[in-house]
Amino acid sequence: MTDTPVKVIVDLSKPKGQRESIVPLTDEEIAERDAQAVQAELDRQAEEESQAAREASKQSAKDKLAALGLSEAEVTALLGA
Amino acid sequence: MGMQLIETIEVGAGGAASIEFTSIPQDGVDLVLKVSTRCSSTAVLLEMQFNADTSASYAYRWLRGTGSATSSGNAGSGYPSTYAMIGWVNGSSATANTFNNQEAYIPNYSGSAIKSFSSDAVDENNATASYQTIQAGGWNNTSAITSVKLFLNAGNFAQYSTASLYKITAD
Repeated sequence: MTDTPVKVIVDLSKPKGQRESIVPLTDEEIAERDAQAVQAELDRQAEEESQAAREASKQSAKDKLAALGLSEAEVTALLGA
Repeated sequence: MGMQLIETIEVGAGGAASIEFTSIPQDGVDLVLKVSTRCSSTAVLLEMQFNADTSASYAYRWLRGTGSATSSGNAGSGYPSTYAMIGWVNGSSATANTFNNQEAYIPNYSGSAIKSFSSDAVDENNATASYQTIQAGGWNNTSAITSVKLFLNAGNFAQYSTASLYKITAD
């Protein structure tokens, strides 16, 4: 059995010390949260793949410039580190 | 101008899926959120929504350093427009007992113009991967902001995470 996730509600219209309430998420909120977590993981994977592709392209460009005779310092000056 | 604490919340044992400040007093000029968070999941995003608006009415741009690379992006391109991004959060793989810190600034929150916000965040992690991010954006809505919901796109706020809401006053 897993605990139901909760949310913290802070009602600022109430006096200090009486503002905070801990409320279990509804089934609908839990389903929405689960869907968002799945999407977040997909987004993270897509970003990692995109970043890896950019790095691979950058390295490929450096290699081609080096093959043309540019020194490492010249390639770095052109493309950055 | 003065800065006055409205409320600080510390997450208790068991964690919390979200923290929501409601009935925000309308007698301030700007709002400031200062947050110290750790997440029970892997590295995720801290997000906020105003007035429980879950529609695609948020726009933002982010810049990020990860410790080994830099990148940027915006809402609608890999990241939803259904929330305002505050920044990345220490995940469960970060150094034990470390929390990241984040701040969001929301000017003219009680006015009738479209709302803007800016935020920054930094991880604490004894490893190469440690995110530092800045964001800026807007909420395409002219309503006064009366509630702010903080939540993560996965996992829960870990125990001892804190969120403090301040108002900037004119005097």
